[in-house]
Amino acid sequence: MARYEIAASRAAGLLGAASAALMLALASPAWSEDQGPIRIGVIAEAQAVAGSSIPQAAQIAADEINAKGGVDGRKIEIVSYDNHSSSAESVRAFQRAVNEDHVNAVIGSYISEVVLALEPWAGRLKTVFITPGAASDVITQNIAKDYEHNKYTFHGYLTSGALSGLVCDAAKDMLVDGLKMKTAVIMSEDAAWTTPLDAGYEACLPKIGLKVLDHIRFSPDTTDFTPIFNKIEGQKPDVIITGVSHVGVQPTVQWKSQQVPIPMFGIASQATNSTFWKDTNGATDGVVYQGVSGPGVAVTEKTLPFVDAFVKKFGNDPSYCGYTAYDDVYIIAEAIKRAGSLDSDKLVDAMEKTDYVGTIGRIEFLPQGDPHVHGLKTGQGFIAGLMLQWQNGKQINMWPAALANGKLEFPSFVKIASGGN
Amino acid sequence: MLIWQILIDGFAISSLYALGATGFTLIFGVTGVLNLSHGAIMVAAAVAAWAASGNFGAGAYLAAAFGVVVALLLALATYYLVVRRLQLSRAVREEEKEIFILTATLLWGIMIQEAIAWLFTNNAKTVLPIVDGVVTILGVRTPANEIFTALVCWATIGGLWLFVNRTLAGKAVLAASMNPRGVTLLGIELSTVYVGVWAIYGALAGVAGVLLGMFLGVSSYSAGPLTASAFSIVVLGGLGSVSGSLIAAYVVGYLETLTAYLVSPAYRAIPALLLLVAVMYVRPRGLMGRR
Repeated sequence: MARYEIAASRAAGLLGAASAALMLALASPAWSEDQGPIRIGVIAEAQAVAGSSIPQAAQIAADEINAKGGVDGRKIEIVSYDNHSSSAESVRAFQRAVNEDHVNAVIGSYISEVVLALEPWAGRLKTVFITPGAASDVITQNIAKDYEHNKYTFHGYLTSGALSGLVCDAAKDMLVDGLKMKTAVIMSEDAAWTTPLDAGYEACLPKIGLKVLDHIRFSPDTTDFTPIFNKIEGQKPDVIITGVSHVGVQPTVQWKSQQVPIPMFGIASQATNSTFWKDTNGATDGVVYQGVSGPGVAVTEKTLPFVDAFVKKFGNDPSYCGYTAYDDVYIIAEAIKRAGSLDSDKLVDAMEKTDYVGTIGRIEFLPQGDPHVHGLKTGQGFIAGLMLQWQNGKQINMWPAALANGKLEFPSFVKIASGGN
Repeated sequence: MLIWQILIDGFAISSLYALGATGFTLIFGVTGVLNLSHGAIMVAAAVAAWAASGNFGAGAYLAAAFGVVVALLLALATYYLVVRRLQLSRAVREEEKEIFILTATLLWGIMIQEAIAWLFTNNAKTVLPIVDGVVTILGVRTPANEIFTALVCWATIGGLWLFVNRTLAGKAVLAASMNPRGVTLLGIELSTVYVGVWAIYGALAGVAGVLLGMFLGVSSYSAGPLTASAFSIVVLGGLGSVSGSLIAAYVVGYLETLTAYLVSPAYRAIPALLLLVAVMYVRPRGLMGRR
């Protein structure tokens, strides 16, 4: 209830002799809570392909819940803010959302730097905050370090450490067992989320039988990738294991135009967007990337109905964090129902008891005591992820075998070195 | 092997820098305007070409031409809506006009950049390449598009040189850059020369933007760095000197390529900026500057 106290004291300070009626209204949250809608703030990168799906997907979830009568009769209202991909703007939006717009929870951002800037504010303003798309392991590590203060933050997407594990699982089946590959070079952008990702890659790739020949971290504002591909090619690896999100179009297009003969496999967040083929003029043909969802892949029974609703309303497929943002609204709504209250501490307790089958798998948060407390449980039965490949303008799922709807195919300039196929 | 790689790669990127900087320096040399919306106009050209092929199914040539036309129109809009208004304004004092125009073009550039991000998102785009495939030169596998880029850049710069030195209209432009009053005394309308120069500038920036979009790809974020790179090349070469800009473009292009290959791609921009600072200390008018 701290926000009401802050609001009340500020109002008192500003107005001086405030009317008794106003004070009464501000000081009795129970009364106002029983009335109006439940408000969920959405802070996202509205100008980025990935981020723009976040408020859109959240709105679809809210509309669905409201059409079925809301949460105990109360409607859900989405209040969205464009952060222009900036941490500073996100912090201002968060403050405004809590202090002025009185939201009950916040869904925010796919950029780790932004989420790390918001995390302490979720603690200070005691407001439940969940990210549908950031990946840095530090987000959950901070919660483990100071649980009482940071417990308001939840990590609604896979951590980088978990992502590297899922890529290695897929690489074992597809590259080592399937194509008899033996060597790899890691190529990743220099950002907060890739530090744990790279550490994960370095640890798990040798274990599955891929020797890491080199590790290249490049600046996210790199425009000319020729020297990087040149260096990688000189080392003759069988595969390039990628970790890119802020960049995507440029390395992909240059990979094709320079006809780099080595396949790319790993995390390429922009490749998950359905517009990526158009953005790269088809250069992405043959790129293999990790995803939590894909067109036509029924990860759960909720996946495809959500995609259909999204396409119908917005005309394009949701980005990866569209799926999670949609689930996050449901998770928050269910937690509020369970808690029977909008009190943030009670909401945190209820969120921790989440067991929800969403669009990307079954969602449960890691418990207190885990080094990644409030992160998602991964692996069989929870979130296992997919491995997809761009083929002739379509995103085709390759892995796991049970959900696969195609076979690996590379453009002619790519030479599969160890010749397994 | 590496040396050929650096020479070939550096040549393509330097040619592109040269073309971008030529337009920028032309506008400054003739009209005295430092156009800080330069990068945004280049990005607009590339994004327009991308949209023409991606959204409307235009072929590579048509899309490229559309991008150039968009840049040309934007350059004229910059002149008529931003520069001309301020030049004619009586609310701004004469001696302050230069700084007002500088600021206005900066803001205009940000407006174009934000409009692009709003309409087409800030994710990077690439223009459909006119030529595809690779050619092996001296053992270096070079994208044919890279050679095409260098050729078009030089053909465009060559065309500009012929225009300025061999045609009457071009000579008027040259004269206007040397002595604007003299030109008016010869009975040539100065504002007509300016409109023409802005149109030429738009076409040059458009070609550079579309080629950059094919070669490396652009996003709305590229606008600022592109303006900064054109600006530093032009300052290095000497403000208003076209030949100075061409030399500076190659110095910067090769310095960046050398750094990217021999040190690390992460530091590619740093040595060129250090050189710029050094030149500012030793020779403030730039390599070939007249004043």
